[in-house]
This record gives sequence, C-alpha cells and structure tokens, in this order.
Amino acid sequence: MKDLRSPLAKAKGFGSSTDASQHFWLQRLTALALIPLTFWFCFSLAFLPHASYSELLAWIRFPLNTILLLLLIIFGLHHGQLGMQVIIEDYISAYSKRLAILIVFKGVTYFMMVVGLYSVLRITLGAQ
Amino acid sequence: MSWNDQRPMSPHLQVYQLPLTAWLSFLHRATGIVLFIGILMTVFGLTILATQKPEHWHVLQTFLSSYSGHFVLFLMSFSLYYHLCNGIRHLFWDIGKGFTLLTIQRTNLAVLMMSSILTFITWVIA
Repeated sequence: MKDLRSPLAKAKGFGSSTDASQHFWLQRLTALALIPLTFWFCFSLAFLPHASYSELLAWIRFPLNTILLLLLIIFGLHHGQLGMQVIIEDYISAYSKRLAILIVFKGVTYFMMVVGLYSVLRITLGAQ
Repeated sequence: MSWNDQRPMSPHLQVYQLPLTAWLSFLHRATGIVLFIGILMTVFGLTILATQKPEHWHVLQTFLSSYSGHFVLFLMSFSLYYHLCNGIRHLFWDIGKGFTLLTIQRTNLAVLMMSSILTFITWVIA
C-alpha cells in the first residue's frame, strides 16, 4: 500500500518523532523502578528526622542506601524530565521556543543528575 | 497558537463541572511538576550534605524544622504519594485493565484515600 505521508511531509520532518515509543516505554520502566524506590526513600526519611549530622552521613554511607540513592537520582530525574517534556510539548506551540525550553530542561536535569551522583559519591568515598 | 492569539476564548473551566477523574488527571500532572522541583531540591540538599561541613547542614535543617519547612515537606510528601498511587493506576491502564466506568470511579476514591493514608502514616512516624 502506498505510504500515506507525502514526500514533502517526510522532507520537512512533520509527523510524530521517531522515538516516541522509546519515550513511552522508558517513562513506564522508570515509573516501575521508582515504585519500590519511592517507598524505601519515604519510609527511610520518615524514620530519620531527628538523626544527627553524623548519623545522617552514616545512613548514606550504608551500601544499600548509597546504591538506592544513586538509582533514585538517576531514575527519578529521568522520569521527571520525560514527564516535563510532555507538559512542555503540550503547552508551548512555537517551535523555537519549545525546542529552547526543552533543551534547557533536559540540560538542567542531566546537570543535576551528575551533581547528585557526585554528592552521594563524595559523601561515601570522602574521609571521616 | 492560543497564547499569541488575542481573540476571546469561550469559557470552559469556569463553566463546566468536570468529573472527578478529570480533576485527578490534572492533579497527576500538577504533582508531577511539584515533584520535579522537589527532586531538584533533594539533590540540592544532598550537595549541602556533601560539603561535609555540619554548619551548612544545620542551616538547611533549621529551615526544614520550621513551620514553613514542614509545610513544604507536607506538600511534597502528599504530592509524592498521590503521584505514586495514581501512577500505579496509570500503569494498570497501560496494560488495559480497569477501564470500566465503575472501576474508574472506585479507583478514583481508592487513589485519594491511599495517598492520604500514606501521607498520614509517614507524618505520624516522623
């Protein structure tokens, strides 16, 4: 059957982006991973509010907590960034403005991801 | 298109009474935005801890222990639990389960109740 898209549409890049299904799939996978991670995180924090500074650092240094924190940062920020992408695409119609804001958001997300990973690693591997 | 357009728009939100499902869907999006800010703040808190200077942490802790800090934390915790419960509901919808009107009406309330209960439990513990 003949392709429904006209050659001009293909050349101009109209139509859905090619990685929409990857976006959908990753959003769901990170969501699934985040369910147990969120429960762990919230209930850990709930038991921690009156911890002293050194107790807090010791909690982070506990290997399971470190690993889960690292995973939370990676999956949480990625999931959030995918969600914000949907919101931005919904509400901003001008192409250049949308592209610019999306790039800023994704940039901030990945920057904060590295900042978060660095902080956790620094606490874990740092002295004292 | 709509934001650059000066022509008047017919009222919708001021006029129609949306069903609960619609409000919950909006709340899912709104809590998503709130949580994005929240996770950025959490990473910021981690960097404060990472400086390994107790004074920095005590400044943040003082804020978090204050009334406004508690308020922010309460909003964040409810947003997190609501987004979590409704998110699980979305995942069920993605595999095609739970689309009948009756199920949706029941799970509307279930989601609201679960998120309130989880928030309450968390705050009772802490």
